[in-house]
Amino acid sequence: MRKLFRIRTKIDIKLYNALALGVFLLVLFLWTMLSAGGSISQIFLPSPQSVLIYLIHVFGSGQIWPDIGISAYRIFMGFVIAAVIGLPLGILAGTFNFAEALIQPLTEFIRYMPVPAFVPLIMVWFGIDESAKIALIFLGTLFQLIPMVADNVRAVPEDLLSAAYTLGAKRITVIMKVIIPAIAPRTMDTLRIMIGWAWTYLIVAELVAANSGLGYNILKAQRYLKTDAIFGGILIIGCLGLLTDRLFVLANRKLFPWAEGGK
Amino acid sequence: MFGRKKQAQTEADSVIEAHVANSKILVSNLRKAYVSKKRETVAIADVSIEILDNEFVSIVGPSGCGKSTLLRILAGLDEATGGTAILDDKLIDDPGADRGMVFQTYTLFPWLSVEENIHFGLKIKKIPKKQADEIVDHYLEVIKLTPFRKSYPKELSGGMQQRVAIARALANSPKVLLMDEPFGALDSQTKSEMQLLMRQIWQVDKPTVVFITHDIEEAVFLSTRVYVMSGQPSVIKANIPIYLSYKRSLEIKDTTEFIAYRHRITALLHDKEVDVEVES
Repeated sequence: MRKLFRIRTKIDIKLYNALALGVFLLVLFLWTMLSAGGSISQIFLPSPQSVLIYLIHVFGSGQIWPDIGISAYRIFMGFVIAAVIGLPLGILAGTFNFAEALIQPLTEFIRYMPVPAFVPLIMVWFGIDESAKIALIFLGTLFQLIPMVADNVRAVPEDLLSAAYTLGAKRITVIMKVIIPAIAPRTMDTLRIMIGWAWTYLIVAELVAANSGLGYNILKAQRYLKTDAIFGGILIIGCLGLLTDRLFVLANRKLFPWAEGGK
Repeated sequence: MFGRKKQAQTEADSVIEAHVANSKILVSNLRKAYVSKKRETVAIADVSIEILDNEFVSIVGPSGCGKSTLLRILAGLDEATGGTAILDDKLIDDPGADRGMVFQTYTLFPWLSVEENIHFGLKIKKIPKKQADEIVDHYLEVIKLTPFRKSYPKELSGGMQQRVAIARALANSPKVLLMDEPFGALDSQTKSEMQLLMRQIWQVDKPTVVFITHDIEEAVFLSTRVYVMSGQPSVIKANIPIYLSYKRSLEIKDTTEFIAYRHRITALLHDKEVDVEVES
């Protein structure tokens, strides 16, 4: 028992897993009790069984797949465009002081503008077709990505660059052969955090300006007060988010076996 | 050109001969100051040193005396605010492959294996693959890490990482090897092993080395000559040739001659009045 409260000391892995699973079961138990007790109406809190039945139904009939597909497409496009533009800009801002002056203050300024507030503007500019959702995800992630990548560059130890110079490397070699490989694992991690944000902005986009996708599905369920479908939709999004997150972690371990924590 | 027969000579002779032969590095009235809004901080007041071909010169001094700054200027990583530093008749103003450097911090590229790290400089120099492989094999042998050639730095101990860093710098065959307290972060056992290895490398290949340390014993053991730097103002206080036997083992640290050198340098560092003759 005393062992549990040792600061930063690992506990037995079995105990760890049991505790983690236990919390899930506890939440499920409380949910079941609250919904089954009848004190709360099904409309406010659907029972776990009804949510499960909904999930089995949408996956069984296959009607959810087009929604998942279109949502995944929007995430992918917005995220990839943001990465393609944001990574080089972040690297420049972290490497050269003049580039930092050009890029970062403006980025930090835009970063604090609430992205959902851009929705009406985006609808004026892009209408309500796919480009609108992609643009929203792009805007939501790009300005977060740039300063984070720049910070990754700044975290590369100065001595590592000095060592490269004393081995005969010129500036372009230092960028290509030292800075970029050095930031790679951390930047994968940055992208992992970004894709989490992308899921959030996807739902924002789909809740207000879409006629397909997982977010739209939730909105549609709200109209008919189908709370079990709302719960189910949120669960699906959560699981997909978790899945992409784990894929990034796995890719990081496989791609960068040399990094601390890599395999 | 002077018909050197290094192996047969005593070290003292070779130092004298080198004087006749070649000055590798010439530092004249070097000054480094950092100017901020309010005041000027002087890192190096006025330093003039000369390093000869094939010498192993240590610079000892208290922390903050500017010895690391001096080395960084020699590497071309820092700019002096006054005076000159010359390598082979060429003014030092940029870093380059002719001055290899080993740092106190671990600076192996973590994404490259041991052998790829040693390859790094050779690739930049565009040395043909076959020849480069031979050089890498040779230095892996020298640092006794051939079995670890495929390992990543994170799998190596601190001492092993520094051995690779030394091999990486030497593989580039620099004109001079600059070492900035490379064993400073190691435990004393590993440190002694590294000193012995470094001395053996020098005895075989005679690279020109400038070695920064605050460890007097280390400086005496490794060097053919020791510069003593003082703190404030940071200037060269003494220049002490080390006349100890050429082939050195760790036992030499217990000899009276060795201890005498140690005491002399310690006294100089602690600013005691000592009536020892100081050559310069």
